[in-house]
Amino acid sequence: MPLLYPLTFAAFLFSVGVYGVLARRNAVMVLMSIELMLNAVNVNLVAFNAYLRDQLVSGQIFALFVIAVAAAEVGIGLAIVLLIFRNRETVNIDEVDLLRW
Amino acid sequence: MTGLEVAFLLLAVSGGLAGLLVVTSRNVVHAALWLVVALASVAGMYLLLAAPFVAFVQVIIYVGAIVVLLLFGIMLTRAPVGRRVLDNSPRARVGAFVVGAGVFVMLTVFLAGAFADERISIQAATATAALGTSLFRNYVLPFEAVSVLLLAALVGAIVLARRD
Repeated sequence: MPLLYPLTFAAFLFSVGVYGVLARRNAVMVLMSIELMLNAVNVNLVAFNAYLRDQLVSGQIFALFVIAVAAAEVGIGLAIVLLIFRNRETVNIDEVDLLRW
Repeated sequence: MTGLEVAFLLLAVSGGLAGLLVVTSRNVVHAALWLVVALASVAGMYLLLAAPFVAFVQVIIYVGAIVVLLLFGIMLTRAPVGRRVLDNSPRARVGAFVVGAGVFVMLTVFLAGAFADERISIQAATATAALGTSLFRNYVLPFEAVSVLLLAALVGAIVLARRD
């Protein structure tokens, strides 16, 4: 299979994630878009692992690391979102401007 | 065109459409369920790219844990339904579309220039034993670092979400 198939799909999924992060206002939806972007990176890692036939299977191992980091990230992210919701009754990221000067 | 390529293209279409619906859906719960479709398509791609262990980890961690966590987040924040409350203003959406399309075009042009003629020849699926050997022989330090990261995330999430 041409290497471009997975690479183009990954580029598309990443761009969709970029659009979602910028266009969405709800913090949970932004987290979902970030998951899409992380998945696009994983597709690239696994595709290049198959393309290079790496003896150390580095691509797949780093895909596993990315999945573990994504799990940690979404856990912390949702904890922060819940805290914001409890304090301010909203999860719209344009209304959370405590740090704006 | 081989059966493998046809299967990959079908998965790419379903994953791409589901990804688009994740970022355009007006209902948060529908978006989360489309995310399941997108993640499952990516898991199928891992199977086609001879990475069965990563595919199963993808299903267990992403579909099984992360999406459920996101659904809990949706329920606990009483997320409203409707484009107006979920999305930014139309002007910001146009900007986001321009950035997203620009990223896609740029990446595709560069990748097509660099890898246009390269092909993946799929060998036998990577044995989980080989993956484990490499993980615990060559990548044991990053593995331990990830375990400390998960512990820190666990403690941090409890401290942040605790009520008092």
